[in-house]
Amino acid sequence: MSGFELLLREETPQVLSALVRHYGHFDLAEEAVQEALLAAAQQWPEEGVPDNPRGWLIRVGSRRLTDLLRSESARRKREENAANLAAPEEFVAAGPEIDDPGGQDDTLTLLFLCCHPALSPASQIALTLRAVGGLSTAQIAAAFLVPESTMAQRISRAKRSIKQAGSSFEMPPEAERDARMGAVLHVLYLIFNEGYTASSGTDLHSAELTTEAIRLVRGVRRLLPDDGEVAGLLALMLLTDARRPARTEPDGRLIPLAEQDRSRWNKAAIEEGDALVTDALSRTQLGPYQVQAAIAAVHGTAERAEDTDWPQIVALYQVLEQISDNPMVRLNHAVAVSMATGPKEGLALLEPLESDHRMTDHHRLEAVRAHLLEMSGDLDGARAGYLLAARRTTSIPERHYLQSKADRLNPS
Amino acid sequence: MKYMLLIYSNPESWAGLSAEQREALGRSHEELSRELTEHGLLVSSAGLADPITTRTVSVRDDIPTTTDGPYAEAKEHLAGFYLVECENIDQAIDYAARMPDAKYVAVEVRPVMDSSGLEM
Repeated sequence: MSGFELLLREETPQVLSALVRHYGHFDLAEEAVQEALLAAAQQWPEEGVPDNPRGWLIRVGSRRLTDLLRSESARRKREENAANLAAPEEFVAAGPEIDDPGGQDDTLTLLFLCCHPALSPASQIALTLRAVGGLSTAQIAAAFLVPESTMAQRISRAKRSIKQAGSSFEMPPEAERDARMGAVLHVLYLIFNEGYTASSGTDLHSAELTTEAIRLVRGVRRLLPDDGEVAGLLALMLLTDARRPARTEPDGRLIPLAEQDRSRWNKAAIEEGDALVTDALSRTQLGPYQVQAAIAAVHGTAERAEDTDWPQIVALYQVLEQISDNPMVRLNHAVAVSMATGPKEGLALLEPLESDHRMTDHHRLEAVRAHLLEMSGDLDGARAGYLLAARRTTSIPERHYLQSKADRLNPS
Repeated sequence: MKYMLLIYSNPESWAGLSAEQREALGRSHEELSRELTEHGLLVSSAGLADPITTRTVSVRDDIPTTTDGPYAEAKEHLAGFYLVECENIDQAIDYAARMPDAKYVAVEVRPVMDSSGLEM
């Protein structure tokens, strides 16, 4: 990302908020901002970045929005067949000069709107990346490997749904605030994950999503410095992303945590994440992102895999189960118990998961069981488990990894 | 998550349809395509030409041979597909169930593999 591309992305939510505050019409304002961004991307490299980039973008966006509003109102008038009524010209000029809202930062309001509960997660993600992140539809489509027209439809439908839900550009009421904040953080987490799980080399576009998610969470943290879960999510992202250089072979093959070359981990990111989560845990209300970040920090600060403080990780998973009980947490808990105590104890924890209807990633359960069986010396059982997991996964790198684990246990 | 919805047909099922049923089938697919497009879920879709136009290619000992039509013993054939993006397989199953073809023969829902993965 070039310097001014970053500048444009940083300005996107500010410019959009200014337009929506002044004119309303979130859907059209969002369209106008994209066009202003495009105009800047074309003009600035040649003419230089203007002295007041935000003012420039607001001016161009507001001119474009006035055009859009005018044609929208003309269309409506045609539809109402009221040609003989001379309606007042509402949008003659570019409107009064819109001031930069200055100290006011509406990024949060914008995030709440983009992560509106009326939208599916896929739509929340797409709209957030465009309206708050300043990414173009083409960039988002490339990251999610769908045609640009598909992504364009998804985004305009998302905007229509928000309009139909009658949502306005305001902070959600206090009573809904926590749940809505949870949705925002979840969307940012999903954006991060989409980028992180992309295997390097083949999906450069998706990998950029981790950087984008971290940038967006940093923005939220600037606005809510005392929110422990925002800090926890940022820490979790930093600590996880720190491992990215070591998690795959150049050909995209996955390297498990225990076998990663830890000298390739990003030390600065680990230090920042560790400090963030330590601080949050000491002074804010506990939440699942903080606990997950604390677990990632225990891994991140172990010099070698064998130095990992597994009893500490077990204790953290117990806390996590208390506040956010789900099968994936239980699965990871079982792995930690196996490492701290022994595979027999871990395997016992897997049994209730067999019948847990919330367990959707069955290949992960199979993979963990195979791993624990291998630790316990049941190589035939382990091999069968790896093969079953390999058949169940829909991920090519995971299938490759599980298949190779099975091959290594080949009886021949 | 992307899913492939594979529409199966057989010569009898198609021949047994009345003109109205064939028209209704076409309309159903148009409606479904429009809805999937408007929701931003449709990645791609197509109908396939009749199996009599099929060429089956096989290579043995580096020598390619081509035969007309699909294998003789195949009673059902692939008649078309939708590649869609869904939240989960249940949503994909709901779309498959709305295709009239599911009434006549069957529609298969297959998750599409992708290149993202988590180290374990």
